[in-house]
Amino acid sequence: MSDLTLTKKDFTSDQEVRWCPGCGDYSILSSMQAFLPELGLPRENIVFISGIGCSSRFPYYLNTFGMHSVHGRAPAIASGLAIARPDLTVFVITGDGDALSIGGNHLIHALRRNVELKILLFNNRIYGLTKGQYSPTSEQGKITKSSPLGSLDTPFNPISLAIGAEASFVARTIDSDRKHLTDTLRAATAHKGSALIEIYQNCPIFNDGAFDIVKDADTKDASLLQMIDGQPIKSATHGVVRNGNSLEVVELSTVDESQLIVHDSHNPDPSYAFSLSRLSGSALSHVPVGVFRDVERAGYGSMVHGQLEEIIGSQGKGDLKKLLHGGDTWEVH
Amino acid sequence: MPKPIVTLNSVVIRFAGDSGDGMQLTGDRFTMDTASLGNDLSTLPNYPAEIRAPQGTLLGVSSFQLHFADHHVRSPGDAPDVLVAMNPAALKANIKDMPRGSTIIVDKDEFTSRNLTKVGYDANPLEDGSMDSYKVHAVALTSMTVGALSELSLSRKEAERSKNMFALGILTWMFHRPTEATQKFLEAKFAKKPEILKANLLAYQSGWNYGETTEDFSTSYEIAPSKMQAGTYRNISGNTALALGLIAASEKSDLQLFLGSYPITPASDILHELSKQKKFNIIAFQAEDEIAAVGAALGASYGGALGITTTSGPGIALKSEMIGLGVMLELPLIIVDVQRGGPSTGLPTKTEQSDLLQVMYGRNGESPAVVLAASTPSDCFEMAFEAVRIATTYRVPVFLLSDGYIANGSEPWRIPDVDSLPAIPVEFAKTQENFQPYLRDPKTLARPWAIPGTPGIEHRIGGLEKADKTGGISYDPLNHDFMVRTRAAKIEGVEVPDLVVDDPTGDAEVLFLGWGSTYGPIATAVEALRANGQKIAQAHLRYINPFPKNLGDVLSKYPRVLTPEMNLGQLAMLLRSKYMKDIVGYNMVRGLPFSTAELIEAAMGVLDV
Repeated sequence: MSDLTLTKKDFTSDQEVRWCPGCGDYSILSSMQAFLPELGLPRENIVFISGIGCSSRFPYYLNTFGMHSVHGRAPAIASGLAIARPDLTVFVITGDGDALSIGGNHLIHALRRNVELKILLFNNRIYGLTKGQYSPTSEQGKITKSSPLGSLDTPFNPISLAIGAEASFVARTIDSDRKHLTDTLRAATAHKGSALIEIYQNCPIFNDGAFDIVKDADTKDASLLQMIDGQPIKSATHGVVRNGNSLEVVELSTVDESQLIVHDSHNPDPSYAFSLSRLSGSALSHVPVGVFRDVERAGYGSMVHGQLEEIIGSQGKGDLKKLLHGGDTWEVH
Repeated sequence: MPKPIVTLNSVVIRFAGDSGDGMQLTGDRFTMDTASLGNDLSTLPNYPAEIRAPQGTLLGVSSFQLHFADHHVRSPGDAPDVLVAMNPAALKANIKDMPRGSTIIVDKDEFTSRNLTKVGYDANPLEDGSMDSYKVHAVALTSMTVGALSELSLSRKEAERSKNMFALGILTWMFHRPTEATQKFLEAKFAKKPEILKANLLAYQSGWNYGETTEDFSTSYEIAPSKMQAGTYRNISGNTALALGLIAASEKSDLQLFLGSYPITPASDILHELSKQKKFNIIAFQAEDEIAAVGAALGASYGGALGITTTSGPGIALKSEMIGLGVMLELPLIIVDVQRGGPSTGLPTKTEQSDLLQVMYGRNGESPAVVLAASTPSDCFEMAFEAVRIATTYRVPVFLLSDGYIANGSEPWRIPDVDSLPAIPVEFAKTQENFQPYLRDPKTLARPWAIPGTPGIEHRIGGLEKADKTGGISYDPLNHDFMVRTRAAKIEGVEVPDLVVDDPTGDAEVLFLGWGSTYGPIATAVEALRANGQKIAQAHLRYINPFPKNLGDVLSKYPRVLTPEMNLGQLAMLLRSKYMKDIVGYNMVRGLPFSTAELIEAAMGVLDV
């Protein structure tokens, strides 16, 4: 950390923010702008790269470097940038359609490589920018313009997908919970490799209330299973216990506190985080929030540069003349 | 009594066998030994897309053709003087190309009734008189190889694998090639397998001895070195030359080379070569797909690296949207397309020039990009260097077209003097007040290359239409019209050298105008036509978008323009639409380069009008 003293205002661009009134993206943007000074990084060393979709307008509103790219490809572009420029802090802003449908391939490969990217996946479970078609996280049976009889697709669980893709850091948070969102950003930026944060984000126009159960004062405490390292995983009414090889949610009144699973995001076994990710279904009656997994693994960019340093260190920097004269040569006089 | 030695001016040899027989390696070795003798040469590998097609079938035949001479050689030659056929399939697949009187060496051990039946021979062609018009050497290659290796502790199958070296030994004797380099090569290749090394060396030597002693081979041949410009030479394929050109440009521009690539035939060797040269501080990123490959290259370029992606036609199709983003972002980006037969998967291992219109127009919107085309294996070096110069000077995507023929074909390359290669000056935007990311250089129309990490010039860009100068999002109709025209004007204004026309008599009425890998066959045909008293001019386009400024004048000077293309007339279409000039096309898409003979015939058709 340097002694830079920047403020939220320093990270706010001069662009007028153009999301729909009430969009969850506003609160994520505001939390991000307020959080960035905490990193102590100069603005010019921060880059936001997005794909296409409502959330992907995000970079325009931050006074850092930014690129609004093409649909689904932000992790690929950001990988190139982060690998070439290890001095930069690179965020990827994406949505459920952008990251999990058209760009699914890039997401999983960035995660398995562990490229130094902080990927914020705004999950509103709908296509917003194209005005309301079902997305890869929409619940089965969802009625939308493109699924008038109900969607037949089984949704992705983005957390399970990320863990399956060998992600070294996976977390879930909620747009409107500023403190939790900021804590999650803090943990993700402290992590060295890829970090994926799924952010439940309300679309007030095409999927309003999708996350009410985890946001409304009278239901959220019961539905949110808080994952805090060293503490038992539980909501106000329920807790997580082991059941054979997997985990299950039970009423707190039916078990002793000592039977609850004590959270350890650093557990090297991905099946632990995976089991946690399976506790939430489409109905969101029990939703683990916080960091599922945070394990140390060499970052891809640092390995790339390590290889370069090693080869140049042992063989010296390449000599162009020698290279061109490589192989069998002969002289003509 | 010593055997007579005959001096020849030029020879074409084709090695053909099963794709597991090591024909490419055999051809390569013969080529290297020939190059070191100072002959000029040109090669044409031809192999199936299948790594190991069923053994002994026509589908599995792999071949390597080499043309070498005591004079300048520009094409791998039409018809072989010598065919080495390792089995009946190789004979059957290649006999149609062999002129009467030519020499055919076969492995007679392979001509069993089972193998003959497999490829549809009713009778053994070595015995039924059907090959009486050729000089046939039916050599027991397999059994002699096995016999020569009987002292070694190898299985019969392992011993048989060295039969290509036995064949190479015969040819090496026959054409007086030196043996030391191949022996050294084998020693390096099999350093960790001493028994296999012994087998290969022994087979090679036995083949040579067989040529020397047997009465079957009564004559050997000499080909004097070619008169070539003084300098240091190496034999080089287009893919290697292209990779070296990119590295040279990275060094001369002082930009870190970032390659984003996905393996694809016939471009993968560029990825291999650049991956091998990491001590030049090269990042070679094998991406998850073609889109990510170009995306990562563009992201790296945004960060101030030299972003490059290499692929073939199907890869370009996938990359199109990202290249469009490159057009919008106005960042340097080099896209190498080593063309192959299409559409779709097409003919992965065969050559074609059918991506020209794809790279010109295969993107949504008005999306202009620079298009260059290499004409020979060694020209791949120069054009790769040019691609980098143009991309970094004008901050634009640049396509560099190569194709399977020059990518895998090889020729002697006069190694350029490193110090004489021009520097490629690159300037990044500096810290400044009121930075405008789309404020252009008035001369080049390039926008600043403004890379993250530079304080005070933080800005946002993207695929949405940009406002002039500020680069903000703009939906203004007039601004869009202006920006579309400006991007087009920028490409149109890229400075490229004038087209050089070779017209020795100055009054030719026919211009042979080609592009890309047709250079060799066209130049050979032109030479033959001129030797026959025909007046004919020749020019070759290496810059296709923009065209050289003098192209219109050149076209109007010649009443008839003949353009051979390995497509159905893509360059001809561009020329007709831009210059209102009729073009006589000669178009073939057989997956092979043109033969000199057919181009001479095509030219005669135009000359006789």
